[in-house]
Amino acid sequence: MAIVPAEIAAPIARRHWLREAVRRHPTVAAGGVILVLIAAAAVLAPYLGTTDPIAVSPVKRLRFPSPASWFGTDAYGRDVYSRTLYGARVSLQVGLGVAILSTAVGLAIGLITGFSRIVDALLMRVMDGLMSVPPVLLAIALMALTKASLGNVVLAITLSEVPRVARLVRGVVLSLREQPFVEAAMAAGTPFFRTLWRHILPNTVAPVLVQATYICASAMITEAVLSFIGAGTPPQIPSWGNIMAEGRSYFQIRPYLIIFPGVFLSLTVLAVNLVGDGLRDALDPRLARRM
Amino acid sequence: MLAYIIRRLLATIPVMGVVALFVFSLLYIAPGDPAAVIAGDLATSEDIARIHAKLGLDEPFLFRFGNWLWGVLHGDLGVSIFTNLPVTQLIGQRLEPTAALTIFTLLVSIAFAIPLGVVAAWKVGTWIDRGVMVIAVLGFSLPSFVLAYILILGFSIELDWLPVQGYVSIRDGFLPFIAHLILPSIALGLIYGALIARITRASMLEVLSQDYIRTAQAKGLAQDEVLVRHALRNAAIPIATVIGIGLGLLISGVIVTETVFAIPGIGRLTVDAILRRDYPIIQGVILMFSAAYVLVNLAVDISYTLLDPRVRY
Repeated sequence: MAIVPAEIAAPIARRHWLREAVRRHPTVAAGGVILVLIAAAAVLAPYLGTTDPIAVSPVKRLRFPSPASWFGTDAYGRDVYSRTLYGARVSLQVGLGVAILSTAVGLAIGLITGFSRIVDALLMRVMDGLMSVPPVLLAIALMALTKASLGNVVLAITLSEVPRVARLVRGVVLSLREQPFVEAAMAAGTPFFRTLWRHILPNTVAPVLVQATYICASAMITEAVLSFIGAGTPPQIPSWGNIMAEGRSYFQIRPYLIIFPGVFLSLTVLAVNLVGDGLRDALDPRLARRM
Repeated sequence: MLAYIIRRLLATIPVMGVVALFVFSLLYIAPGDPAAVIAGDLATSEDIARIHAKLGLDEPFLFRFGNWLWGVLHGDLGVSIFTNLPVTQLIGQRLEPTAALTIFTLLVSIAFAIPLGVVAAWKVGTWIDRGVMVIAVLGFSLPSFVLAYILILGFSIELDWLPVQGYVSIRDGFLPFIAHLILPSIALGLIYGALIARITRASMLEVLSQDYIRTAQAKGLAQDEVLVRHALRNAAIPIATVIGIGLGLLISGVIVTETVFAIPGIGRLTVDAILRRDYPIIQGVILMFSAAYVLVNLAVDISYTLLDPRVRY
């Protein structure tokens, strides 16, 4: 009996693509939904029933969560709900900023070292050195010497992430260089930069994209850690790490000061990680998770 | 073998050299005047000049670096800007709690993560495997200090089973020592354990699909014999590697964990130094932790021969 392929394919094709995606990858879909919600909350923060996140009102200090202030108020009477929503802006900015910057720099270094022996020997020693400094410590050192600002936080975290991207890209370039299609391109007299652009770069996109999502997640944690220990975002900007740092001394009597921003941070990082895992499985099932 | 160890030890010198050069030159490449930042907003220009002189920022870079490096090689990490005490002495005083916490966490994470990874690979696709993977994903997403507060809230404040904060030296009793370390090491070790469990599972899955595993099973070996003697031994190298590399996570985590649990270790020293912008202390801590990281990873490399006799140098 000959089976007409269309008869089998039809029911799947008729299904809505979105429902199909959710059914196949429920975790990735969940991560995507959480991310969209958090991003929306960050962008729309002023319109979501928030008050001024830095407005101090001593009369209302340390109030428990209530209909008036959903997440309670902190030691200065500031609304924790408003601060948490505005804090999402910092985390997303830092996550995206570090992911984009460190991928760009790491990609450039990786491409150069993959092609030049001398530069490779030199730059890779530097990268080895940087990689042997625990990432948070590297950022701490830079933050101790510069004025606290969002831009400096992004730079400090980027510095500790660049070597990992550079190593990854270098590995990909070194193995690509031996591939027949690259040899063929070179043998055919393709100009070097054209080879780089047309044959090497496209093949680094998949692993770098996956790596970038993990960097985004770890950068958000690092920012929170830095702010929590007083080496991160300046106190006048509400960030999840700052809110938690200020709630530290009240934790035993007002645990919500730490729990609300903590839950938001964990959920956001979880969402980015889930999307990253989904990307990894979709782009290259064998790509091992690199740290 | 000995020649290999010596060669590898020598190879760590350039790496540590880069670290030293980097932490030192940060003083010069950091935007703005670090002396002004260190002195703070209320400082007078004399204060700034004093710190400038103390950090040696007035002298030529290479001269200053040479002097500093010479000191480091002789075990002199400089002097704290605020307390005027030698950095090595300050670090020495705080070493014990940090060492206790790190080593305890290391052992506990390995003791839990490797069996979990092995079982997950053995029962791949079942609910046990899914459970382990869920814990692993959560471990990467739950920042250690958030987890720390959740643990304190549950086990110390609500249930009152364990102390909220603090550190007790092992000399003052073994049980209180352990009791104070349990929550910090869970908070600190979750991400590390998650990493080890994930790699163990992946490495075991690869080995379990080999022909010799089927042979071992076919000749009637007990399941645990196959898993441990045949599979785990052959899956050991990636696991050892990640135990070494993951140490960076543990060191980064120690700083925050000590802050949450009020453990008077090097992490607290670092955080206090940040607040006072006492850069020589931060410099010293980075050098020490980086050296520890490099040496542990060297030990891991050398352990490959013990784990797998096929690896020869």
